[in-house]
Amino acid sequence: MPPESEERIAIESDNDVVTARQRARELAAKVDLTSTDQTLLATAISEVARNITTYATRGEVLLSIVRDNGGREGIRVVARDQGPGIADVDLAMQDGYTSGGGLGLGLPGARRLVDEFDIETAPAAGTTVTLVKWSRAR
Amino acid sequence: MAVPILKQGPFLIASIQAALTDTDVLQLRDDVMSQVTRHRSRGIIVDVTALDVMDSFVSRSLRGIAMMTRLRGAETVIVGIQPEVAFAMVQLGMNFEDVQTALDLEEGLALLQAQEGPTDGAS
Repeated sequence: MPPESEERIAIESDNDVVTARQRARELAAKVDLTSTDQTLLATAISEVARNITTYATRGEVLLSIVRDNGGREGIRVVARDQGPGIADVDLAMQDGYTSGGGLGLGLPGARRLVDEFDIETAPAAGTTVTLVKWSRAR
Repeated sequence: MAVPILKQGPFLIASIQAALTDTDVLQLRDDVMSQVTRHRSRGIIVDVTALDVMDSFVSRSLRGIAMMTRLRGAETVIVGIQPEVAFAMVQLGMNFEDVQTALDLEEGLALLQAQEGPTDGAS
């Protein structure tokens, strides 16, 4: 299903990371995500958006409302950059692995916070992370 | 936005007012360290009630503040972690075990005072 009303937030500074998660929260309230699920989503966005500022310098976060066949609504987040990409995705998805001086919780942690998680990356080809959090309301 | 730090007796209270950027968090760390030194503080409370997200960077930085101040002889207590935020931190996999936490400012102050031991004026 094509997403309706996509919202784009350019990610170039740590301020934009805060903006992205605040916009996501506003959108999440529209599809009746619970307060807890909004927090989980906002935290996941913070992790993937920070990866952009840390590794790729700049990129973007796209937010949209999605609907599945059963009429369930959710929020889809696409975080993408044209940065250096990730050479070994399996390694990057492991808890505690980091090449950026952090805790290595960003990607594996974000995956645990959302319902759907997908990553496409290759060296020198940039990284696109897609997250979906579904509403439990019907 | 800078986080105001108040001195209360031997303790410092840093009350986070709004969402923090990474730059704000690093500023808070530097401010706490310099004020601990200036006031010879023995305890610090960081009130995070206003934070609706504590991601791995913020969590790691607060933990760092607690470790650094401990090396200066001052205990840090993080107070006011919201229920949803606590849930997200656990899902994220944050290890906060070596950081002291309390429900709110009042409980945090009580914890620090208890660790100070009986006061001189108690007898």
